Amino acid sequence: MHVLLVPRKVRAVRARPPGPGRGGRPLGLTALAVALALSTTGCYRGAGDAGNESHHSINVLMVNNPQMVDLQRLTAEHFTKETGIKVNFTVLPEDDLRDKMSQDFSSQAGQYDVASVSNYETPIYARNGWLTELGTRAAKDRGFDQGDILPPVRSSLTAADGKIYAQPFYGESSFLMYRKDLLKEAGLTVPARPTWHQVASLAAKLDGFRKGMKGICLRGQPGWGQLAAPLSTVVNTFGGTWFTKDWQPKVDSPEFTRATRFYVDLVRKHGEAGAPQAGYTECLNDMQQGKVAMWYDATAGAGSLESAESKVAGKVGYAPAPVERTRDAGWLYTWAWGVQKASKHQDAAWKFIRWASGKDYERLVGHELGWSKVPGGKRASLYRDPAYVKASGAFAGPTERAIRSARPGDPGVQPRPAPGIQFVGIPEFADLGTKVSHEISSAIAGKQSVSEALRNSRRPAQEVSDAYTDH
Amino acid sequence: MPIRTTETAPAAGVRAVPRGGSPAARARRTERAKNWARRAPLLPALVFLIIVTQLPFVATVVISFTRWNALAPENRGFAALDNYRAVFTDPAMRASVGTTVLLTVTVVLVSLLLGLVLALLLDRGFRGRGIVRTLLITPFLVVPVASALLWKHALYNASYGLLNGSLTWIWRLFGSDDPPQPDWMTDSPLAAVEVSLIWQWTPFMMLILLAGLQSRATDAIEAARMDGASAFDIFRYLTLPHLRRYLELAALLGTVYVVQNFDAVFTITSGGLGTANLPYTIYQTFYQAHDYGRASAQGVVVVLCSLLVATFALRTVSSLLREEVTR
Repeated sequence: MHVLLVPRKVRAVRARPPGPGRGGRPLGLTALAVALALSTTGCYRGAGDAGNESHHSINVLMVNNPQMVDLQRLTAEHFTKETGIKVNFTVLPEDDLRDKMSQDFSSQAGQYDVASVSNYETPIYARNGWLTELGTRAAKDRGFDQGDILPPVRSSLTAADGKIYAQPFYGESSFLMYRKDLLKEAGLTVPARPTWHQVASLAAKLDGFRKGMKGICLRGQPGWGQLAAPLSTVVNTFGGTWFTKDWQPKVDSPEFTRATRFYVDLVRKHGEAGAPQAGYTECLNDMQQGKVAMWYDATAGAGSLESAESKVAGKVGYAPAPVERTRDAGWLYTWAWGVQKASKHQDAAWKFIRWASGKDYERLVGHELGWSKVPGGKRASLYRDPAYVKASGAFAGPTERAIRSARPGDPGVQPRPAPGIQFVGIPEFADLGTKVSHEISSAIAGKQSVSEALRNSRRPAQEVSDAYTDH
Repeated sequence: MPIRTTETAPAAGVRAVPRGGSPAARARRTERAKNWARRAPLLPALVFLIIVTQLPFVATVVISFTRWNALAPENRGFAALDNYRAVFTDPAMRASVGTTVLLTVTVVLVSLLLGLVLALLLDRGFRGRGIVRTLLITPFLVVPVASALLWKHALYNASYGLLNGSLTWIWRLFGSDDPPQPDWMTDSPLAAVEVSLIWQWTPFMMLILLAGLQSRATDAIEAARMDGASAFDIFRYLTLPHLRRYLELAALLGTVYVVQNFDAVFTITSGGLGTANLPYTIYQTFYQAHDYGRASAQGVVVVLCSLLVATFALRTVSSLLREEVTR
């Protein structure tokens, strides 16, 4: 790595421009140049034997979440054995995945046939003409049963033209997880449909109930997929929004400010230790270690809390996402499979998707790896499967209800310019949400006030607004 | 043998060639042919080097003048200096310059000092020296992102980290049930990043300085000892001057690497609370905003600034290297 050779005779040492860092990560520009070079030469096409669809391989690009890693393990001995199609996986962290995906798909290089797209990218990519329409194929494919997919998940993968462009692998919403054993001990109850103010007063009562225990865990780590997600659901239900219907920025409106102040105060008073760096993983750890009594986060967290290794399995209760002015507040997120339009292996790609997103795969995971690892949250049939319901009795019902009640088209009290509950469905949101969450994270750390944080957020929001109101 | 700081020897190969005249011209021609015969076999390597090191940079410069956002594929074109204007008016960029300088200087200086102390200790003979040396080098061999994760979760974390766990344990020894539980990454975010980097880079500094110490001339030290010099005097007047070039080299190389650090900032604080350094800011422009044009412009500006600094630094070091040659 760092071999140091001091030459005996150095006539002149010339400065070489320090290029990108190790592996070109920070600048990523060598990678870009190489990617460009590759895309023009058409490398990585694999054996372009499009005539024979049964004996070649497809390239799949996917995010490195546990459910995907399980899929990778099961593919060779099940899918490849059945169909003869070899699958080459490229597994990356979320940010790198999005970057690689947008590079490959925007140039339509066809390096990847299938990619894991979320409901954030799907409508955007579809509008850019990067994805193959999958609804027609699914409708013809009786074994796939498109009608079994939960309606909100299906509609979140439907583009503006009303067609389906991706098929879900798993879906999630958000809800409140709480330690029912402690609440019982304290003589408290969580209402069937809690409001945020009720949750705040419960958090205050549970704070310090056990030694070193805090009332509630809420994400504080900057990032549009970290802090910005739960915060946006709070903003929605407090009557706020990122943008009005005609793109006026509302990040410093009274409603947005009230919601943010509520969130920041709650975390600062009764939230987890180390909140400004606590994301999903840290909250999950805190909840499992008994460091917090409640946790508002993704329904996917319940599977980990109830798994065999968890110390709190069986002690957790579930309530819908807390609300203020709306009927529901849970978010909607799904990782799904999209097929690149330029892919030469459309049929093989569909075969892979119908297998990975099918009913049989859910059962396969249940029997091979355990029911807690099933990529759920997408098919109604899973929640009628006795074996699954028995294995995950505590959270199966609340999860399904949370997903069914999500309304990505109308998540707040006012009409929205773009779909999305915990995000705004525009390409610019990743950057905007991250910038604003940096400011708010800093407010959680006590380095600035909430009003200052939102004043600083005004500029990036205005820039996005300008981009949409010009034309 | 003491170091003589002589002037560099006059460059060899400057030969007086008589002007004009055909024999002289012939001689020049053959000379030139001979030179080319020597260079020609090296040309492919040179061309290859230019292609792999300089072309990507040229591509970056070209991209920095284009309006190119990956998420708006239809809106691509020539942007003139817009990207550069955006870079220089961006408050986040300005803040990250200060952060980068502070982070780099702190990490390099502290790990240089610690590395010097460790190298001096390891320079003595004692039992188990090999094992101790191996253990001390280990942090440098840990994958950077893994080390950052280790610091974030296993050490710093306020509720289940080792640091606060140790505090609890120590307080419990004294019968107290209310130990302080500082929130390390929130109270001093930049220091948290710096400490993890210092842990990682100290072994690197130690290795270079240890190599320097082992190349000392022992007879001079013997003589100094005979003349009644104290240990401190020997360090001050013999060891330190000898180590100077190694210190400068270690500092230079350390700076080049630490300026580019990304893993620690990305993992430990996600660039929050004023810890975003230049690589992180560029990453954000590239990966979150997908603005390839602006990210390239940021990259070009950073490279130009680095070049300025590196030129001065290299000048110091190369004079040292020349000194080495003339010894």
